[in-house]
Amino acid sequence: MVRLTEEVHRLRRRFQERGEESDVWEVVQNARHRDRPYTLDYAERLFTDYVELHGDRVGGDDPALVAGIATYHRRCVVFLGHQKGRDLTERTHRNFGMARPEGYRKAIRAIELADRLGLPILTFIDTPGAYPGVGAEQGGQAGVIARSILALARADVPVVCAVIGEGGSGGALAIAVGDRVLMQENAIYSVISPEGCAAILWKDAGQAKKAAFAFRPIARACLDLGVIDAIVPEPPAGAHRDHDRAARLLDDAIRGALAEVEAEPAASRRSRRRAKFRAMGVWGMAEPDAAPAIT
Amino acid sequence: MAQISVDIERGPDEPASPHQGRHPNTCPVCSSHYRDDELVAALRVCRQCGHHFRLPARERIAQLVDAGSFQEAAADLRNADPLAFVDRKPYTERLTEAELATGLGDAMLVGTASVGGRPCALAVMDFFFMGGSMGSVVGEKFCVAADLAVARGVPLVAVASSGGARMQENVLALMQMAKTVMAVDQVRAARLPFISICSDPTTGGVIASFAALGDVMIAEPGALMSFAGPRVVQQTTGETLPTDFGRAESQLRLGHVDLVVPRAELTAALGRLLQLFAPSTDEPTADAPAPVPPPAGPMGWLRRLFGGAGG
Repeated sequence: MVRLTEEVHRLRRRFQERGEESDVWEVVQNARHRDRPYTLDYAERLFTDYVELHGDRVGGDDPALVAGIATYHRRCVVFLGHQKGRDLTERTHRNFGMARPEGYRKAIRAIELADRLGLPILTFIDTPGAYPGVGAEQGGQAGVIARSILALARADVPVVCAVIGEGGSGGALAIAVGDRVLMQENAIYSVISPEGCAAILWKDAGQAKKAAFAFRPIARACLDLGVIDAIVPEPPAGAHRDHDRAARLLDDAIRGALAEVEAEPAASRRSRRRAKFRAMGVWGMAEPDAAPAIT
Repeated sequence: MAQISVDIERGPDEPASPHQGRHPNTCPVCSSHYRDDELVAALRVCRQCGHHFRLPARERIAQLVDAGSFQEAAADLRNADPLAFVDRKPYTERLTEAELATGLGDAMLVGTASVGGRPCALAVMDFFFMGGSMGSVVGEKFCVAADLAVARGVPLVAVASSGGARMQENVLALMQMAKTVMAVDQVRAARLPFISICSDPTTGGVIASFAALGDVMIAEPGALMSFAGPRVVQQTTGETLPTDFGRAESQLRLGHVDLVVPRAELTAALGRLLQLFAPSTDEPTADAPAPVPPPAGPMGWLRRLFGGAGG
């Protein structure tokens, strides 16, 4: 027997009220919509001015992860985000938003710059996952993801993250560790793609709908689990229908979150961020001398 | 294409997949077969070809630390299945099966121990519990180990063996990556060393979080240490994979690990490192290994460093 708190029981009941498979799948499709605004679409609309920075200072620049300095509501910020391409040529150039180690090294460079200059960090998450190529693996993909998480964890400046499309696995989390994590209504956030989950647990990638329904990568579930802080509304039928309006809604949410974080004492910001993530996870306690089972 | 970003090669429900169709005590490399007691006596290393079989956490601890020194912590943490997750089986059923099969509450044991008389905090993973996958309990236990290291002012030692994050907990499992990285940061802030030992496999969300952040990175021979599994890389990119793709030896060559240490030498190696990291005023509580002149051959440098016998 495992002893669970009433809060955990409530959470389980909420997830057992299953809802509709098609609703979850619609969100997955919206999150991947080819007309959905990407990081630089938001940069154009949110920032008065910005300059993109390039290169990891080691040996490459990754177009799948962009970073820069910007003016955001009259203050200087550093931004970074995954970047997908609009047409076939650009999609290939941006590697479908799947970053390589040079991308995460650029992110780390941007984070360290912001921390040194005392500038807030805004991140935009939109990737199917880190690129699973031979070169990326040999270049230390796992290590740079861990170090990018570490860099965000260590930053003394405010960090506000927004999941704006696909929040796919470690490649997404690498730039999604912040004081506030926002998520758009039609964005998804998951440890693995629904297709990958289906391939492993159902032995059939075609069962992606079923997998998505079972592990609910949607904003409502992430909020219930305490993984995100707020859901950002989108224009009716999705951000892809109206980029300007989607940007205004995202702007309101980021601006509010940033103001909140800036109002908190800076000296304890890191330990608060650490406490926030330490609290993530749900577990119970084994009842002594009982059969090993959850009922 | 780009949709499959699977971060583990094998499902957590098929821990024995490399041995599929063969007995778990049959060497997957050279097909030598062993009785269980023979294999345990040989530290689960094939006497014929040196293949390192996977090691249950309790056996690992018995091999690695001073006899009787391990004090387990957070032993009663259990997963709560917050998503009420059901795939082909309910997650609760998989957890119960895993607990009955391994005798463990989850895929990690943590506590304190000493190695060669040197105290440390210890976190050891068990691949036989749902592929060693990291969910809420594993993440929390790792943090407990880091807390112990900081509270006692001793180094943190982790032995990873994991396919990655646990899909049945979805984003909560993903968040354990951030949580464990922050725990490492806490150990760093306390100016204590973290020694990360990667056994086969250490992949996905585990190698992309705490396991990659060792101040000293040790790998067992042949251990797979890639973020994406070879099958995923092959299927997603169509690239031809080098035969040693993601393996410990290539990770050493590429600069991602410090040492590849055979299991028989691991205790000595770890003891030596803990001794080297020990405060300078401290006299060793156990006899330091006698210096051995480095033998020739590719592992000679390793023997010189650790004074080990095998290799």
